[in-house]
Amino acid sequence: MSGAGVAIAGAAESDAGQVAPGLTPTDLMAQASLRALEDCGLDVGDVDGICAASTQLPWASLNLAEALGVHPRMGDSTMAGGGSPIVHLAHARAAIARGDCEVVLIAHGSTQRSVGRENASVQEVSPWEAPYRPLLPISAYALAASRHMHEFGTTPEQLAAVAVAARAWALDNPRAWTHGKGPLKVADVLQAPRICDPLGVRDCCLLTDGGGALVLTSAARARSLRRPAVHVLGVADATTHRHVSSMPSLTRTAAVESGRRAFAQARLTPADVTCAQIYDAFTITPILFLEDLGFCAKGDGGPFAASGAIAPGGRLPMNTNGGGLSYQHPGIYGLLLLVEAVRQIREGGHDVVVAHGNGGVFSAQATAILGSEATA
Amino acid sequence: MESPARTFAAHAARGELAHQVDAAGLPLWPPQVRGAGWRVSDGHGTVHATTTVRRAGEDPQDLSLVDLDEGVRLMSRVVGMAPEDVRIGMRVRLAWDGEVPVFVQDPAPGAGAP
Repeated sequence: MSGAGVAIAGAAESDAGQVAPGLTPTDLMAQASLRALEDCGLDVGDVDGICAASTQLPWASLNLAEALGVHPRMGDSTMAGGGSPIVHLAHARAAIARGDCEVVLIAHGSTQRSVGRENASVQEVSPWEAPYRPLLPISAYALAASRHMHEFGTTPEQLAAVAVAARAWALDNPRAWTHGKGPLKVADVLQAPRICDPLGVRDCCLLTDGGGALVLTSAARARSLRRPAVHVLGVADATTHRHVSSMPSLTRTAAVESGRRAFAQARLTPADVTCAQIYDAFTITPILFLEDLGFCAKGDGGPFAASGAIAPGGRLPMNTNGGGLSYQHPGIYGLLLLVEAVRQIREGGHDVVVAHGNGGVFSAQATAILGSEATA
Repeated sequence: MESPARTFAAHAARGELAHQVDAAGLPLWPPQVRGAGWRVSDGHGTVHATTTVRRAGEDPQDLSLVDLDEGVRLMSRVVGMAPEDVRIGMRVRLAWDGEVPVFVQDPAPGAGAP
């Protein structure tokens, strides 16, 4: 099995929300990295591989190596949008399995709230889309939502249920940006100002600063460290396009492919998953991914979300920190998906947790299946 | 090598919405290096997906993906009607906003059969 023998040994988040003035994305990556190393009891000197991504840093892995004083043997700044850290997980696992390196840091940092999104996440607009002035990325997700509603009868109320569930989780999480804001009702989501129909303000993720880091190493070494090893049972990515006008199907994403391969590596099925961290940049995104990953049939994502299945007390606890919609969304959310998946295995009593990342405009999909010691 | 974008623009300057085909004759969009030839669309299509973009301080605008009958899907805008009234499945035909291809409902709203 290609995933055998590699595990997440340490995991941590940086400061988040709105960080202290003057802090940079590299500062947040370095802070999270030092915390993740402390988490597992390793030292900066043990690190020989660095993967990093930030919408603000095209050369992110070099920035982090410099900030930590590490001269890595393996570096990777692959940019695949919000799911980049899960792509990094795939690359780092392969590098460790090949013997290229032994201890890899995977990190992300963003100060998009502090510096303004227009400065933090420069959108590369296609010349074939620019004349029509799409508001990216939301317009692309709105187009997909319109198509999903047309094909499957998905309703604005079902979209809203995703945001309502996210807020319910955030109310239990003191670190959540919306922790003190009280519950969100379906009517609140529907009555919020529209931006790109059918999506309104409350259908959109937060814009916060933040970051995180993971320490990846062999399962054998991870078992010798201070925290329970979280095993990488499967991880795969797949890409279909860069711009929404080239998306092969607006209602079926490359998560079909990334999920299929990740589950095959793990020799598990969606029925084995008891907790899911699924990228929720907009309310429509997890609806498509729940379908594409096989948690419900194609077209049933709306009713699945509205049934309460993903909310506290539901049969598939999803985005248990509050998600990008109600916890934090520092530009690239994939790293925080993985940190929360690790937390659910260490502290939440779950043995198999899926973390699914999305990049661009449904463009690049990356699925990780993480497991407890019982699954290894 | 000539820029595919320049070739498209030369067609557009003549009022032609051109797209490429690949080596197997299958339609391609957007204009790109692997194109193996150009075709001119007859300008008829169907709305595949649509949203109304609401920018603060501006009138709402339509943003749609249009499937041309020749088999390419492009981003565009349906004009000449309220953006909220644009519907998936609606038939549209090519119009021009300068040298930018846009679309209008076809037949035009209110144009009844004789």
